Amino acid sequence: MSPVMPSDFDPRNAEPEDFVSPGLPVDEANTTGRFPDADPEQIPDPAVVEVPADLREQIQAIVDKYPDRDHKGSPKSAAIPVLWIIQRRYGWCTPEGIVQAACVMQVTPAYLESVASFYDLLRTSPQGEHQVLVCTNIACWMRGGDELLDSFCEKTGADREAAGHGGALSEDGNILVSGFECLGACDLAPMASVDERYFGPLENADAGTIVDQLEAGEEVLPGKALEKRGLAGGVAESTDPRVTEGQGPNQ
Amino acid sequence: MSESNGTSKVTETRVLLRHAEDPKMATLAGYESYGGYQVLKKALKEIDPEWIVNELEESGLRGRGGAGFSMGKKVSFLPRTEEAKYLCCNADESEPGAFKDRELMQRNPHQLIEGIIISSFAAGIEHAFIFIRGEYDDQADILDRAVEEAYGAGYLGKNILGSGFDLELVVHRGAGAYICGEETALLDALEGKRGNPRLKPPFPAVQGLYGGPTLINNVETLSNVSHIVANGADWFKSFGTEQSPGTKVVSVSGCVKRPGNYEVELGVSLRDLIYGLAGGPLDGREITAFYPGGSSSPVLTPAEMDLPYSFEAMAEAGSMLGSGSIIVADDSVSIPHMALRTAKFYRHESCGKCTPCREGTNWTEKMLQRVVRGEATPMDLDIISSVQDNIMGHCLCVLGDAMAMPVSSMVTKFRDEFEEVIASEAAKAWNTALDGPDSPGRDENANGDEPGPGGTSPEEIRRERLAGRAIPSGGAS
Repeated sequence: MSPVMPSDFDPRNAEPEDFVSPGLPVDEANTTGRFPDADPEQIPDPAVVEVPADLREQIQAIVDKYPDRDHKGSPKSAAIPVLWIIQRRYGWCTPEGIVQAACVMQVTPAYLESVASFYDLLRTSPQGEHQVLVCTNIACWMRGGDELLDSFCEKTGADREAAGHGGALSEDGNILVSGFECLGACDLAPMASVDERYFGPLENADAGTIVDQLEAGEEVLPGKALEKRGLAGGVAESTDPRVTEGQGPNQ
Repeated sequence: MSESNGTSKVTETRVLLRHAEDPKMATLAGYESYGGYQVLKKALKEIDPEWIVNELEESGLRGRGGAGFSMGKKVSFLPRTEEAKYLCCNADESEPGAFKDRELMQRNPHQLIEGIIISSFAAGIEHAFIFIRGEYDDQADILDRAVEEAYGAGYLGKNILGSGFDLELVVHRGAGAYICGEETALLDALEGKRGNPRLKPPFPAVQGLYGGPTLINNVETLSNVSHIVANGADWFKSFGTEQSPGTKVVSVSGCVKRPGNYEVELGVSLRDLIYGLAGGPLDGREITAFYPGGSSSPVLTPAEMDLPYSFEAMAEAGSMLGSGSIIVADDSVSIPHMALRTAKFYRHESCGKCTPCREGTNWTEKMLQRVVRGEATPMDLDIISSVQDNIMGHCLCVLGDAMAMPVSSMVTKFRDEFEEVIASEAAKAWNTALDGPDSPGRDENANGDEPGPGGTSPEEIRRERLAGRAIPSGGAS
């Protein structure tokens, strides 16, 4: 075939090599298409991948909670909870952990990784022993969230720039400090989530205390934990007859 | 203006949060001691599911998650067929400013579970899910415990209380993505995918989770259900306004003395909420703007402070009630910086599926950064507005609109302040360029401002304010 396209060229009758200019490398995938077994990512073979028995049990229990294919469901539903299990066990979503989970769930590791990389709380790189997420969204920012994040970075030696863009590890690699979008605790502003528990409102100096307590393995700021907080409006018994004479719960 | 109103006594109308200060309420025994699950028992034995659907529709209960759509209508849209139907409780409360569902789930998880069981019974649903945001770890644990208790007591599982009605309830923890609060993205996340919104129609009521008809409701909406079934639609309508019946847990945050959740009848004035219940602005400050319905709502100004807080009044004022979350800004907050913060959030949370949202949020943030660095011109403000116009209504979901609405409202209502920031920042940069980085800036006291009574000149106050400096924490009790 000449380098110039002949005027009577009909792609419907053409052979694969007709599409290729002479002298150029040929990508088989473009001319003949990929074979199904050419998929680089396979579902891990249970006979090859070693999965700890307790982990397998845990994952299977989660998969079983969701409707199965007979009920129009899919085992994939368990993806996020299973990745949480992997993260709890290995500290972050390690490639080995993802392969083990994929093996039990019978999906490709790439699938689970695509899910893990979408969500902010699932980490695909080491995240340290403790995680401090500082809210820097509107309400916390108004009340000093940025300055609180500064204090955490100063205390731990985490890089401030990186902490504001997805998180940075402390100098010893033990604590992850990360600025975070709204954590849903604007009443505690400025606040932080320390190892998944909420604390606030925090002074800048509290950052130092929290880091010291984490390093010493002590309970973090017991007085400022969300669970210890009362209702904003305090104890107020309504005298509205519609409420007091109503039926149903909360009577 | 502020101080005289700060003392007025406004009381809450607690229905959902009644007795919520009692820690027992979070346990099954405590909830039952306050009359919990009595409605469920009655409903399963004596009440016709159709009656419940009608009563919910009649009550006018509007969705508390943001859109404000009639809950009863949503239930009635589900087909009355035998096919597998699903209920998803949206507990992915990620709207900046909203934290009411957190409080409801933490203090009274069984109220929500009872609402879910009754709604599922009414709609013939056998699989229900609570999709809770990943950050709410504590609350997810509380829900897990409560669900386990409910299974143990026979309120969930097979043949509930001998009625022949089955219901499985799964608490599904998300993993940190604002977009999963959007109902179709939530369905994708529940199916174990990346949370990307789907094209509507088909609406979830027709084709939702696993392709089956799906009812999606907010935590607060479902928490209202047992109260309505127990007392009837007329009782519910006796609270609130005609178009916004019922009570509403309102989250008030930002620059107020007592931020927190307050349950009020819809239709109370914003002043009662912000000045009365939340204590008004911090001492010596004045409110300049507030989001009436979470960070997605166009901001309002103190001129609109006396409006009633209802779906219809907020819509009339050009904003929305949304999830019922008020974020208050005072005169220490620079509005252009607040717009930037808002845009940054939506840029970060855009899932990237639709171009207007992915690019629009990104460029809006970049343009606002130029504004606060003084690199923009007033013409750029028009471009920002035009970008917002081109985002609205052009995407699969409303995440882009949720940035466009507040940002364009701020540029329109506070244009002076945007222009002031551009001018002052540009002057600062110019002076630094002339005199070197250590220069205090040439326009220091150039306009001859006398120091104010507090020792700071108006110019300094203004500059501090324009630099977006946060106020020190007031420390809520």
